[in-house]
Amino acid sequence: MKKDIILAGVGGQGILTIATIIGVAALSEGLQLKQSEVHGMSQRGGDVQSHLRISSKSIASDLIPEGKADMIISVEPMESLRYVNMLDKGNGWLVSSMNPFNNISDYPDLEEILHEIWKLPHYVTIDADKIAKEQGSVKAANIVVLGAASPYLGIQYESFTDAIKSVFSKKGEDIVKLNLKALRAGRQYAEKRT
Amino acid sequence: MKKLLLLGDEAIAQGAIDAGISGVYAYPGTPSTEITEYIQASAEARERDVKSKWSTNEKTAMETAIGMSYAGKKSLVCMKHVGLNVAADAFINSAITGANGGLVVLSADDPSMHSSQNEQDSRFYGRFAYVPILEPSNQQEAYDMARYAFVLSEKYGVPVLLRITTRLAHSRSGVLRTESATENELKLPSDLRQFVLLPYIARKQYNTLLAKQDALEEDAITSGFNKYIEGNDKSLGIIACGIAYNYLIENYEDGKVPYPVLKIGQYPVPKKMLQKLYDSVDEILVLEEGYPILEELLRGYLNLGKKIKGRMEGSVPRAGELNPNIVAKALGMGVAEGFDPANVVKGRPPKLCDGCGHWDSFAALNEAMKSYSPGRVLSDIGCYTLSALPPLQAINSCVDMGASITMAIGASEAGLIPAVAAIGDSTFTHSGITGLLDAVNRKASITVLINDNATTGMTGGQDSAAYGKVEDICRGVGVEEEHIRIIKPLRRLHDENVQVLKEELEYKGVSVVIARRECVQTLARRMKLKAIEKKKAAAKA
Repeated sequence: MKKDIILAGVGGQGILTIATIIGVAALSEGLQLKQSEVHGMSQRGGDVQSHLRISSKSIASDLIPEGKADMIISVEPMESLRYVNMLDKGNGWLVSSMNPFNNISDYPDLEEILHEIWKLPHYVTIDADKIAKEQGSVKAANIVVLGAASPYLGIQYESFTDAIKSVFSKKGEDIVKLNLKALRAGRQYAEKRT
Repeated sequence: MKKLLLLGDEAIAQGAIDAGISGVYAYPGTPSTEITEYIQASAEARERDVKSKWSTNEKTAMETAIGMSYAGKKSLVCMKHVGLNVAADAFINSAITGANGGLVVLSADDPSMHSSQNEQDSRFYGRFAYVPILEPSNQQEAYDMARYAFVLSEKYGVPVLLRITTRLAHSRSGVLRTESATENELKLPSDLRQFVLLPYIARKQYNTLLAKQDALEEDAITSGFNKYIEGNDKSLGIIACGIAYNYLIENYEDGKVPYPVLKIGQYPVPKKMLQKLYDSVDEILVLEEGYPILEELLRGYLNLGKKIKGRMEGSVPRAGELNPNIVAKALGMGVAEGFDPANVVKGRPPKLCDGCGHWDSFAALNEAMKSYSPGRVLSDIGCYTLSALPPLQAINSCVDMGASITMAIGASEAGLIPAVAAIGDSTFTHSGITGLLDAVNRKASITVLINDNATTGMTGGQDSAAYGKVEDICRGVGVEEEHIRIIKPLRRLHDENVQVLKEELEYKGVSVVIARRECVQTLARRMKLKAIEKKKAAAKA
């Protein structure tokens, strides 16, 4: 088992939380992992990415080789396209939120972005903000996206729910429940459309 | 023992804690910041009272660590690569004094300049100082080497340089801890003049350092951090330093490289190992994350020997960090290609946070400067450096910590009057105070805008040494009381702030305008904590 995942978004959108949950879930299944993060200057509203590698064998590079990523998980549609050069052309999946984070003057038309994504062989685009709101808070949009990616990660669903319970436990029962609902809603959306 | 999931930085921190340090000394700097933060947050370190308060700059950090080493205890000092420039005087001389308690200097390099002004390679400093260097390839080695560095330092009585780069610093993986060592007792050096670098003592000490070099090279064979891995195909030999080794074996199924490989993790690199590789193969490829140091040494100036491939020769790009595909190409292997980049993707550079006081501070400065020709604002290193970008486009320089004030003096003495220095509170205490003293002594016509957000913002909001002290420092240095002005950078106070700045720009002497408003990030964090405390108190009542 080996999954190389690019996580993408804008600084502050919670991609490291997604990485942590996948990481905890992977470890609970006895997998190895390496996760490269971006800290420092780029976190100030700029594009951020994280390379997450999970495998049943030992992992050498902290960075995923170009053209070899099994998946791009993005909490922002334009950011999902920034890394398509990393994606495995044959089998790679792109899972992205459809909700733009517009903090630049030349942000492109959303239609154009989605049109580009929909050209790819394997993708899920999801209105994560709307679905998260329906579950109780837009703040859980990142977990909705994780839910939508979860069928393709090769990890048991229960491992994700256990990971959410442990990662959010400090924040209280309500937050755990919200995120579990968000995960399920994202999952259901992805399963319905494939 | 259970594996911990740690960043490379955190693995070094845990390694240092387990090695029995009594203090960590550092100034925040990407990608090194998380080491000190981890020790500050560690329950074990707190229980042991491991000193971990931030230092004012890398030089004070380095010197404090030397002091702890003098007193016989183990200390770690951490900085980003350019921080080692600031600490260089103390660092180089610490090799001459030697270490009493274990002294380990961590320098985190930033090839590709993700958050830096250059991509200098700290291994040069290690060679320069004649001290051993350890360079881990993964998180486990980062832990193991942090521990071994203290053993090495105390065994040979030398400081040890531990060098990592961004990708390892900020990548997480499983790390297994080993049994903790104890802290040292207070114990002064047996020779109480060992640290007195008067010329006649320094000459003796320097010879002592030189005499240790052979033993240090031998240690780099026996420690196990340098490995000679046999390969059947002798058409090529590969030298892979630090993290470059990972990118090499990534390209081979199960990591089995057909060529002989010399994996380097400890310097000075043993000549015996290099000779063995050189004699066994037709050509050598050197893979280094950073400058082509080993490649240049092997080639020699005239490059008369076997073909040495690498950054200088051109098989590897001259600048920037490595990755698996760069290494694959250097090996003549085909690489996978993903989809073509979509034209619809636009750049999204970092920018100042919404609501940040720097917006209002520089908006006011821009307006106050309108009546002067452009190009007069010398600035510095911090979040506010982002005011160089549109829409503010407010500053004209960012060179090194503290350079805003001193560059403004130079520019004003060249006739650029008024010249403005724009600096942050933490950068001001890091390296700006001495420059301000120069300005006062020279009666320079400059206006210093100190953007005081009460924190070290760019690196994530660490304590600022300047907190509550900025105007006292300016007074103490000799700035006239009536030319120390305090403004609050808010949109509604824009006109007032412009007026204050205009008045001080017109003054032919040293004036300081302190634009004071808390960083919005640290403010939000503080409010969150306050709300939690309130909730807790309410639950109790």
